[in-house]
Amino acid sequence: MQTDRTLILGLIDTCRAVIADHADHLCELDRAIGDGDHGTNMRRGCDAVYLDRERLSAMPLAQALETIGRTLVMNVGGAAGPLYGTLLIEMGRRVAQANEPNFAAIVGEAIDAVARRGRSRKGDKTLLDVLYPVHTELVRQSALIRIARTAKESAQSTAGMKAMRGRASFLGDRSIGHVDPGASSCALLASAICDYLKEYRPA
Amino acid sequence: MNGKIANVGIVIVSHSPLVAKGTADMVRQMVGDGVPLSWCGGNADGGLGTNTAAILRAIEAAWSDHGVAVFVDLGGAETNSEMAIEMLGEPRSALVAICNAPLVEGAVIAAAEASGGASLAKVVATAEELSPS
Repeated sequence: MQTDRTLILGLIDTCRAVIADHADHLCELDRAIGDGDHGTNMRRGCDAVYLDRERLSAMPLAQALETIGRTLVMNVGGAAGPLYGTLLIEMGRRVAQANEPNFAAIVGEAIDAVARRGRSRKGDKTLLDVLYPVHTELVRQSALIRIARTAKESAQSTAGMKAMRGRASFLGDRSIGHVDPGASSCALLASAICDYLKEYRPA
Repeated sequence: MNGKIANVGIVIVSHSPLVAKGTADMVRQMVGDGVPLSWCGGNADGGLGTNTAAILRAIEAAWSDHGVAVFVDLGGAETNSEMAIEMLGEPRSALVAICNAPLVEGAVIAAAEASGGASLAKVVATAEELSPS
C-alpha cells in the first residue's frame, strides 16, 4: 500500500490536537465513573506518538500503524493503552499481510482483537460501543460526515448503558447516566480523523 | 542472573507503588532472597496507574527460566500485564502466568510455594486456590 507522508503526519497531528483540546473533559468523565486519568493518559500517549512523527511518517503504512500502536501501549497506561494499542498493532499487521487491503475488513478484525483483549462486547459501555457502529458505517461506505456523526452519537448513547467492564463496573447501576470516557475519546478521534480526511487532498 | 536461580519468580503489579512495594516487603519477609522478586506500580507520570513498560521491566528483573508468576490488583493492571507478556515474545511469554488471586495473599503464598522449588503450574494453582471459583 502506498503511504503518503503528509497523510500520516496530518493524522498524527489531528489526533494529538483533539485529545489535547479535550483532555480535561475526558478526565472529568473518568472521574465520574473511573479513576479520573483517561484524559492525561491519552494525552501522554498522543504526545509520545507526535514526538516520533518524523520517523513514523517515513515508514510504510503497516509499519507506522504497528509502531504507533506499540508507542501507545508503552505510554498511555491504564486499560486504554493496551486497547488502543491493540487496535493499531492489529491493523498494521493485517495491512502488512493483505495483498489488496480491504480497509473495512481490516478495521473489523482489529476491533475484534480489541474486544478479546478487553474481554468485552457490544453494550458493555466501552470504546467498542463506538468502534462497532463506526465499522458498520465503513462497511456501508458511508460518507465521512455520516461516520463522524455516528461516532459522536454512539459515544453519547453509552450514557444509557450500565458498565460491565473496568472500574466503572464496580458502580453497577450508578454508572448509568454517565458517558463512558473511552467511548468519548474514541468518538473524538474518529470524528477528528473524518474531518481531516474530508479536507485532505493527496499530493 | 536470576535465570540461574532454580525457583519461579514473582512479580507484583499494583496501581499504587506503595501497595506494590509493601506487598513485596511482605513477600521478602516470608521467603528472603529465595525467589526472584520484583514490583511495579504507578503510571509514567508518577501518579496512580499501571503501565506496560514498567511491567515489562519488572518481569525482566524477576526473570527465572523456571517461570514467573504475576500478581495484579485492578482491571488495567491485568490488561497491561497481558500486553507486557505478549511483548516479551515467544518462547519466554509462555513462561509467564498472571494469577487470578488476591494481590497480597496470593503473592505471599505463591512465593512460599516457589521458595520450595515448586513448578510454575503448582505456584499458580496454590495462589489461585485463594480465589472463589
